[in-house]
Amino acid sequence: MTGRFGAIGGITIGLGLLLPGVAVAFSVGRFPISVSELGLALWSTLIGQPSGLPPAVDAVIFNIRGPRVLAAILCGAALAVAGAAFQGLFRNPLVSPDILGASSGAALGAMTGIFFSLGVLAIQALAFGGGLVAVALVYLIGSSIRSGDIALVLVLTGVVIGSLLGAGVGLLKYLADPYNQLPAMTFWLLGSLAGTDRNDLLPLFGPIAVGTVVLLALRWRMNVMSLPEEEARALGVATGPLRLAIVAAATLVTSASVAAAGIIGWVGLIVPHMARFLVGPEFGRLVPTAALLGGGYLLLIDTLARSAAQVEIPLGILTAVIGTPVFIWLLVSARKSWS
Amino acid sequence: MTLAAQDLGFGYPGHSVGTNVSVTVVPGQALALLGPNGGGKTTLLKTMLGLLRPHAGVVSLDGQPMANMPVGERARRIGYVPQAHAGAFAFAVRDVVLMGRTAHQGLFASPTPADRTIVEARLAELGIAHLAGKPYTMISGGERQLVLIARALAQEPRYVVLDEPTASLDFGNQGKVMRQIRSLTAKGLGVLFTTHDPNQAMGYADRVALLGGGRLLANGVPADVLNVAALSALYGSTVRAVCQHELTVFLPD
Repeated sequence: MTGRFGAIGGITIGLGLLLPGVAVAFSVGRFPISVSELGLALWSTLIGQPSGLPPAVDAVIFNIRGPRVLAAILCGAALAVAGAAFQGLFRNPLVSPDILGASSGAALGAMTGIFFSLGVLAIQALAFGGGLVAVALVYLIGSSIRSGDIALVLVLTGVVIGSLLGAGVGLLKYLADPYNQLPAMTFWLLGSLAGTDRNDLLPLFGPIAVGTVVLLALRWRMNVMSLPEEEARALGVATGPLRLAIVAAATLVTSASVAAAGIIGWVGLIVPHMARFLVGPEFGRLVPTAALLGGGYLLLIDTLARSAAQVEIPLGILTAVIGTPVFIWLLVSARKSWS
Repeated sequence: MTLAAQDLGFGYPGHSVGTNVSVTVVPGQALALLGPNGGGKTTLLKTMLGLLRPHAGVVSLDGQPMANMPVGERARRIGYVPQAHAGAFAFAVRDVVLMGRTAHQGLFASPTPADRTIVEARLAELGIAHLAGKPYTMISGGERQLVLIARALAQEPRYVVLDEPTASLDFGNQGKVMRQIRSLTAKGLGVLFTTHDPNQAMGYADRVALLGGGRLLANGVPADVLNVAALSALYGSTVRAVCQHELTVFLPD
């Protein structure tokens, strides 16, 4: 299939899922916010008038649930866009946005922060930096190996470095204080948006916006990059610099998401498939659709995570429980959508 | 105005495949590179496309050494038709051909209406306009080869280089694709194609270069170069010739 819908159709469907998701997310929780309250609060802020709503409602919207909803949408969109970019770049529909070690690097950074009992901001900074450094390392090693297909070499290098970093994570967990540090580490490694507040939004939004804009600007070249290396070059694409730019942009986006929410698997793997199923593989259509679907999907997961049980369910567990059957279904029935 | 290899040594990094090869592709003519599998045809082709660095000698494109030419400049002069493959993603045929316009666009640009007009014209020219909306992954091997030729033509090149254009095609499609390739020369394009079938070289090329063991064994017009003795030596196996109605057909013995 080259997709059933055009760009407008994909964006419409994405928004059609995302907007009701936002309404549901606000209305679910210990302090439900109705759509009219949400609308009134947003409108009053926009025109700079007092809303007349109880202060508690404003607080929930602007300081507690609102930031968390926005963070879920941003992280989901980021993972989906990065997944689409990496799947195209490596000409393989089975790769995730952390294929080059972004998550393992971020994990080691965050574990180091937790191990030394650093503050939340420092842990996030370490996670973000760890992801970038890991991918840079993989890229340096991978591109200095001059044999065979560069894409394959990069993926293999990513797997190897990722498992080395995983060993580092294991070591820190082993050495950590089992009562204070280990639960925090485990919770981080499974992904959560529970602690999100307003101050988390700018460090999340900045890198995601920059990376996504770069990927969108390069949308047509991205299509050509999904051809075999030699064909792309014969079509006039300087594949080396372009690959570096795409990896950098996608890694920026992934690392920002991992730093804010921990490791959330499956979103970056599955959502691009759903988007491709709707609008086909053409990158200019794929990116906006994947971003909206990913945002809506993770928002739904996060709403479940904070409301389905007495305690917060880690996001990574829910995405795996939902992602596995969806992926198997994709493999069995919708193969034509990506092969 | 030629695409020419001069005293070319070629191969992969750290591994030499051929030496001392000189061939010239002239606009309006088709040159066939004929030889057994493993003889260095594809490696020579990739070196002449600028995808591999020459080990010795130079490849020149319209008088300029290709080594210093930006990749986009090269793509506006040479169209490459690789062996047809399925591809990882189900792009529409129209989008695959549009990718041929990439070298004419800026880094951040998308195809313009003018690009789309060129693409529709190329599709019609090759008789595959009806495939435009179909997924590239769902069409036949012969159709894919025509799509890739359309993509190369969308580059608006002066030369078209094809790697074993009929390797995976059935009998009828082989003729169809080769006739299209032949018709490119009538439009003034210089054509270079590889093949291991002497009859294709005989039927569709203006000149033929025999490449065996990485060396150029002969280079000339097909009627002079293609004979039982030369082909038997090239393939290391006896070859027979059947002549009828001024048509010579070679058969493996």
